[in-house]
Amino acid sequence: MTTITKDPPAAAHKMPQRSNRGRRRAKLRDVRIALLFILPAMIGLVAFCLVPTIRGVYLSFTEYSILGEPKWVGVDNYTAIFKDELFWNAMAVTIQYVAINIVFQIVIALGLALLMHRVAKSAFVRGALLLPFLVANVIVALLWFWMLDYQIGIVNEIISWLGLPRVAFFGSEQWAIPTIAFVNVWRHMGYTALLIFAGLQAIPHHVYEVASLDGASPTRTFWSITMPLLRPVLALVLVVTVIGSFQVFDTVAVTTGGGPVNATRVIQMYIYQKAFGESDFGYASALSVILFVILALVAFIQMKFLKGNESDLD
Amino acid sequence: MTTQTLTTRKALDWRRVGAWALIALALIVTIFPFLWMLRTALSSNHSLASNSGNLLPADFSWGAFKRVFGMQTTEEAIAEGGSGAVIDFWLYLRNSILFSTVTTAAQVFFSALAAYAFARLRWPGRDKVFSVFLATMMIPGIFTALPNFLMIKNLGLLNTFAGLTLPFLFMSAFAIFFLRQFFLSMSREVEEAAMLDGAKSLRIFFQIVLPNAAAPMATLALLTFIGQWNEYFWPLLVGNDESIRVLTVGLSVFKSQSPQGAPDWSGLMAATIVAAVPILILFLAFGKKVVNSIGFSGIK
Repeated sequence: MTTITKDPPAAAHKMPQRSNRGRRRAKLRDVRIALLFILPAMIGLVAFCLVPTIRGVYLSFTEYSILGEPKWVGVDNYTAIFKDELFWNAMAVTIQYVAINIVFQIVIALGLALLMHRVAKSAFVRGALLLPFLVANVIVALLWFWMLDYQIGIVNEIISWLGLPRVAFFGSEQWAIPTIAFVNVWRHMGYTALLIFAGLQAIPHHVYEVASLDGASPTRTFWSITMPLLRPVLALVLVVTVIGSFQVFDTVAVTTGGGPVNATRVIQMYIYQKAFGESDFGYASALSVILFVILALVAFIQMKFLKGNESDLD
Repeated sequence: MTTQTLTTRKALDWRRVGAWALIALALIVTIFPFLWMLRTALSSNHSLASNSGNLLPADFSWGAFKRVFGMQTTEEAIAEGGSGAVIDFWLYLRNSILFSTVTTAAQVFFSALAAYAFARLRWPGRDKVFSVFLATMMIPGIFTALPNFLMIKNLGLLNTFAGLTLPFLFMSAFAIFFLRQFFLSMSREVEEAAMLDGAKSLRIFFQIVLPNAAAPMATLALLTFIGQWNEYFWPLLVGNDESIRVLTVGLSVFKSQSPQGAPDWSGLMAATIVAAVPILILFLAFGKKVVNSIGFSGIK
């Protein structure tokens, strides 16, 4: 290794694929340039990510209203959270949202992806299905807030035209969370479908040919070939979607604001209200530490169970 | 044999019809709400209630758009069903353009520098530092948002453009990851030839690497711009002041101004169109890039 690097130009010419090693001479210059190149990103990482992370953990052990200095209180915030009914309610509401969102989103997206893969690879279809994802959460939320309006929203007009009773989508405790989950399914289904579609495209053709030669039925092919080979993509989609949905905020903030009563006070909404409504930054920080731990656990378990970073194709 | 293939083909055709029907349904479900948005924005707000099921605008009027851009007097606005409160989406539009452009340009550029250092330059600890960057993708936004808010507040930067943009300027782990993948896949030959000619790394980067990376950087810039344009949480925390309010925050303020009972739906939908149209234009122009980048990028 070191011998090659002694005469860099010749080595670089003879074995271009190993030319990396031929650049020892420029190593020092490389290090200087590298430091220069990495500096802005480093500033960003340290100032807006690492330091805030440490500070967030520290604040979670303090009592801190935005005035004055943080006061160390040990694990008081955490014990208080443990007994906080609103926290448990927020967790229940969030998990309910995540569950509805994930099930519908993945099933619909998988269906759409299979349809696109089989019959419609057109760029138009893909582009159109992606539209809702490009528009801000806030816009999507307001649009559906209007379409699902109890009095004059088009959806309720259709429902009553069908002779069914109108539904208070955002206004009733029982409907609010499913409605918000549905709005997000609508926004994300095309995008998730495209992710899965890309995964389907990556499955080599010959696998299917062998299956059809063996006389496997479409159902059998789907369960024994498509699904297992799609697993890494599905695992990734699942992790990203679950982590994203645990942090639902925008849609709730512009439609229900957490109500009716506590029906849609999801965990991030609760953190926001604690910090900016009640100026209780210590408590809010402890809540976000808990959210962080939950998300890390979820990601770890999912990757472990689904072996998302291994492929069966090798 | 022949009959068998014939019947399977026929069955297949029926399946194709069914498949296309389902795709058509998905397209309708996706696109209809946008048409409804437009229809509502072009309606007169007072007529919406009595004419709620018609596909065409109810009592066609540009009033909603005028209202959103502050081109109506208070009396006119109230007469048409607006709240009468002053709103100026020109200002929000300008702020959104400024915020998204500046953060996108800086973030993509600085991330490209870092990505190149991770992909091509050799320096001690490189891979460890890279894995730290990658790990930050796991940190939920709210977790850093609270301390970042406190820092921006302590620096006296609340409701300033600096406070609004600072956390986004320097990097995004995703952007670094995305560009590093590209730099790794790029052929080294051109760089090496230049190096043999005695060109310095800096010159190689700016004159050879960057131009070669124009396509992935454009894709990344597009994705970043869309994300920044749609950003709501951070501007809500630090940029609620009228002077630097962006469209997403402006929309939620506009919604909360609507008088209870009879919200200004037309105005609200006109405002959402104003906020959505720039992204839709970008998508029409460069949509293929976005569509094709999904799957390659995987995340985000």
